[in-house]
Amino acid sequence: MEDGVPSSPTVVDCDLLIVGGGFAGCGAAFEARYWGRDLKIVVVEKAAIERSGAVAQGLSAINCYMGMRWGENRPEDFVRYVRNDLMGLSREDLVYDVARHVDSSVHLFDEWGLPIFTDASGKYIREGRWQVMIHGESYKPIIAEAARAAATQVDEHVLITHLLPSASDPHRIAGAVGFSVRDGTYRIYRARAVIVAAGGASHLFRPRSSGEGWGRTWYPPWSTGSAYALLIRLGAEMTQMENRLVVTRFKDGYGPVGAFFLYLKAVATNAAGENYEVARRPSLRERVGAYADATPLPTCLRNDLMLREILEGRGPILMHTERVIDSPEKETVAWEAFLNMTVGQAVTWAAQGTDPSREPSELILSEPYVLGSHAVCAGAWTSGPADLSPEDYRWGYNRMTTIVGLFGAGDTVGGSAHKFSSGSFTEGRLAAKGAIRFLADHPEPAPVADGTVESLRAAVFAPLVRYLGSRPKVTSGVVHPDLLFPDQALHRLEKIMDEYGGGVGSNYTTNDHLLGRGLAQLGHLKQDLAAVGAADLHQLGRAWELEHRVWTAESVLRHTRFRTETRWPGYYYRADHPKVDDEHWHCFVNSVYDPATGDWRLFTRPVHALI
Amino acid sequence: MPTFVSPEKCKGCMQCVDICPSDIMHIDPNHGRAFNVEPAMCWECFACVKACPEGAIDVRGYADFAPLGHRVVPNRTPDRIYWTIRMRDGTVKEFSFPVRRGKWGSTPSPAKEPAPSADQIAGELLAFEPDYLAVEALPTISAVPG
Ligand SMILES: Cc1cc2nc3c(=O)[nH]c(=O)nc-3n(C[C@H](O)[C@H](O)[C@H](O)COP(=O)(O)OP(=O)(O)OC[C@H]3O[C@@H](n4cnc5c(N)ncnc54)[C@H](O)[C@@H]3O)c2cc1C
Ligand code: SF4
Ligand code: SF4
Repeated sequence: MEDGVPSSPTVVDCDLLIVGGGFAGCGAAFEARYWGRDLKIVVVEKAAIERSGAVAQGLSAINCYMGMRWGENRPEDFVRYVRNDLMGLSREDLVYDVARHVDSSVHLFDEWGLPIFTDASGKYIREGRWQVMIHGESYKPIIAEAARAAATQVDEHVLITHLLPSASDPHRIAGAVGFSVRDGTYRIYRARAVIVAAGGASHLFRPRSSGEGWGRTWYPPWSTGSAYALLIRLGAEMTQMENRLVVTRFKDGYGPVGAFFLYLKAVATNAAGENYEVARRPSLRERVGAYADATPLPTCLRNDLMLREILEGRGPILMHTERVIDSPEKETVAWEAFLNMTVGQAVTWAAQGTDPSREPSELILSEPYVLGSHAVCAGAWTSGPADLSPEDYRWGYNRMTTIVGLFGAGDTVGGSAHKFSSGSFTEGRLAAKGAIRFLADHPEPAPVADGTVESLRAAVFAPLVRYLGSRPKVTSGVVHPDLLFPDQALHRLEKIMDEYGGGVGSNYTTNDHLLGRGLAQLGHLKQDLAAVGAADLHQLGRAWELEHRVWTAESVLRHTRFRTETRWPGYYYRADHPKVDDEHWHCFVNSVYDPATGDWRLFTRPVHALI
Repeated sequence: MPTFVSPEKCKGCMQCVDICPSDIMHIDPNHGRAFNVEPAMCWECFACVKACPEGAIDVRGYADFAPLGHRVVPNRTPDRIYWTIRMRDGTVKEFSFPVRRGKWGSTPSPAKEPAPSADQIAGELLAFEPDYLAVEALPTISAVPG
């Protein structure tokens, strides 16, 4: 590999390729094997599936479970909840579909050995209406075990850089390419169908933490927007990319608040001890109308109330853990919430000397993230299930994107909010069943053009070649006249997004001019991607993660600019269009990038209420 | 909180290298022991700490907000995890939680079940449904016209 380009590529032929072995990818592998007994099913993952993805540390709750067997909730209740939380805009067919199947996934987890909290009668203990509590330190390895048993092969430490279109039809999938971050082999996957389940995106916007703490984002640093960039660059239709997520979290450690608000029933106040969510409700009503009276109050509006409280000088916001932790059992619940899913918060408490049973902890709003499985739903526009979806939401197989044979699940899929871990796994299963049907109807392999595979090979390793070529120009160190390292360019991306796209530095506020400036700056950064250098395979991985983030970020800015209203106050504000504008914008904003011309097309699609 | 490795304890076994989701635990070619190559891309996920058979990896809270003088140490066994937390003032807290019921490696392939029929492939039910839904039938609603 002297010149940076490894000599012999590895070719893998399979029926179904699953890109990403996180929750959705593991669900897809499991389900695909059930229906496709003789198929070659390959999972390709950039890390090791036992600890890859957003659930690497484990979790303390399953956030999506209906409890239909106990009559707790029906799927239509969930649809109403999601509609409300998303300020009206979700794909109700997809949301209903996840809800009606998710219980069977959770019952499988139970059978596979996940310790779920139960009462004396064996009923799951609720954290909140949709959440059940788990001892979830090993949630991911338990799920991974099922996926490993199901897949033909799991290729780990392979980072996918591009999807491969068919040689005969650019709108038909034919596989994917990438490289091994371990030995540097070029990996070519030829597949009849592909499911992308590559997670969400952190580090598009500048994080609050800095220096050594740069990696202390709420969503993990390895969620790099690959799912979006891979799809966008192939020309897949995307939806709601402006629907970025800002979360309320414990300050610095970013420990989640669910167990405290929902289970321990803790209250957050401003510095003066005032319950600002109650006190400031009338002013919220003035700005967003009836949405201020929705129950529960949409996640973004709760953010909005907190943000105003801080901006008007009544911070810090305090979570009064000390008022509710009144027994050793509750103290254990409080610490376990973090030790199972955000160990960093436990470390922060230990380091700052905070005993949550004696004193409150500060809350803060995070930097924005882009994902499809949480209280937001950015991602691919996919076909819905045959028995539920209106005609304009259904053009093929369940969870198939607008690229023939290419499916999505979990954070990859847009419009389908509040899936969380269990729903993402379930959506992986739904996509797999869709893909199995597709494979049955399309037995012929999709041809791959040798020329495309070769030119992508040159592109994949270009950052290594570039670095080697530039070495003689400087003595040592990291400053080169015409070369950028991935972390240097990532800092530029985060600064652009923070200052122009509505990050923490601008209190989530932007406008048309700022977005225009941001897109211009991003244009320069895109040109500079051709100057990114990598000194080794680790940095080559970072170079591709950067490239995927930049494409995702561009899509976010374009969508944000197109929607001339402030649909989700508390996620971001269009200062030039500060109101929720139901008359014009009660619709999806979708986009398609044309790889042949480089043009972006933005347009709207109707929102249908199914319930 | 970035990880750091004790040179006395590390045996260079690569377990941390294999498991780190951020690809930042590498072996130093000069002395054959692991180290964190990019502390600013560490998520304090503890995957490497839990995986190290020698207990060689520890963490120190991120310098940008965590004062020194704390420790958070896991000890993960096949069925339980034990945590020891040393607070800044020296107080020690200990917690232990189950991680799994049953044996690791016991989850079967779904292909162990009888093969489904073509009709079932065409329907809306997923594997093991409706049994595993624990309700009689898969709920549905009628589609509204586009
Ligand atoms: C701190 C935190 C707390 C949370 N709390 C809860 C909770 O309490 N309850 C709950 O139910 N959910 C919770 N969630 C949400 C849940 O983790 C996600 O909804 C879920 O993991 C999304 O699944 P996914 O498969 O889409 O993405 P992931 O699980 O992130 O999987 C994506 C996979 O793709 C791989 N990948 C990415 N790019 C590439 C590439 N280019 N090539 C190859 N592989 C690639 C990644 O390594 C990863 O394995 C939480 C998440 C976080 C971060
Ligand atoms: S797992 Fe532990 S012993 Fe093995 S290389 Fe890493 S630090 Fe060293
Ligand atoms: S704590 Fe997690 S991210 Fe940090 S080095 Fe260990 S495995 Fe990697």
